[in-house]
Amino acid sequence: MTDTTMQSRTAVFFGRQGRFFLKLLGRLGDAANLSGRSLALLSRRPWQGRHFILQLHALGVGSLVIIAITGAFTGMVLALQGYYTLAKFGSESLLGAGVALSIIRELGPVLGALMITGRAGSSITAEIGIMRVTEQVDALEMMAVNPEARIILPRIVATTLAAPLLVAMFDIIGIGAGYIIGVELLGVNPGAFIAEMISTITMTDIYSGWTKSVVFGFMIGVICTYIGYRATPTTEGVGRATTQAVVVASVGVLVMDYIISSFYL
Amino acid sequence: MEAYKRIEITVGLFVFIGLLSMGYMALKLGQIGGLGQSGYTVEAVFQDAGGMRVGGDVMLAGVVIGRVDAISLKDNEEARLILRINDGVKISTDAFASIRTKGIIGDRYVRITPGMEEDYLEEGDEIEETESAINIEDLISKYIFSGKENLNGKGQ
Repeated sequence: MTDTTMQSRTAVFFGRQGRFFLKLLGRLGDAANLSGRSLALLSRRPWQGRHFILQLHALGVGSLVIIAITGAFTGMVLALQGYYTLAKFGSESLLGAGVALSIIRELGPVLGALMITGRAGSSITAEIGIMRVTEQVDALEMMAVNPEARIILPRIVATTLAAPLLVAMFDIIGIGAGYIIGVELLGVNPGAFIAEMISTITMTDIYSGWTKSVVFGFMIGVICTYIGYRATPTTEGVGRATTQAVVVASVGVLVMDYIISSFYL
Repeated sequence: MEAYKRIEITVGLFVFIGLLSMGYMALKLGQIGGLGQSGYTVEAVFQDAGGMRVGGDVMLAGVVIGRVDAISLKDNEEARLILRINDGVKISTDAFASIRTKGIIGDRYVRITPGMEEDYLEEGDEIEETESAINIEDLISKYIFSGKENLNGKGQ
């Protein structure tokens, strides 16, 4: 008797795991299917050019200020922290190399992507979710407008294009701010700062940063549009979907960051 | 329509500044010199290339004239370095290459000392005379070792 209950309990446990896993797989497949179908529409004319521009404005230009602020403070704190570590070994001249390398390879793409997720990704999910609630998606379908081409595709393209541009600005602003703190405030030799930076950074470092930012931008677009598109069309549903989108995209960015880094080293 | 025009302009500006930042990084920090690689390569074989890295500097009279392109093993006993030298820099055929260190614990670099010959090295040529890296650890251990021997000598 007890044996059978034990058995059924294990069965229930593994059953739950299996159901969860299958659901996860199903959602992954659904997401790939939806975004794949939307991306395939890229080849179809006429282009929704106007919507690309509008999305690039909302997601790219809209994230500019927050990218500038986070970039500046990241560079500043790196210079400050790096200086006190390097000063112990008497190699303050390496500060420029340290700041620039960590920003270009890691912090620019990752922090930039996290900021884009928070600023643009959440608004994508909330916007599409509310379109679901107010049945605008169905209205589009009624008007024979493909919602995948009108809603999903422009947003994925916009984040994929905007992310590398925003990250490049983040990098430059961060390095500039690091220079100001390192040279003006802490008194590192400006020549050494610049020269060490230029001689240390290779094109591979820059390519790795670019690859990351493009991949992250694409990921943010796909995840946030998918979760918004499949949100439960209720007030709580949209709220939950937005939180979920930000969490999934942020964790995804960090996991993907490790994977791409391991390829580039 | 007026508002949309303004949006178009800001987006254009945004893309322009972004591309400018990317270009600046590539040109200024990555030192990408157009497409393809410029300069010519020469070969140098060292007994020991300890500490040398790909991308390390090649210097002549303290001026960077190129970079180390590749490091490989030659005949299972020596290190072969491929040096990419900038266009316009001429190295005489009897030049002397040595691996040196910037400062005491700095980066390793290849120092080229020009020779007397009027002929110059071309693509794929080899620098015949080389001197291997001075290994500080070896020097220190040698110093300690010889010091001990002296002490022992006195003791007896």
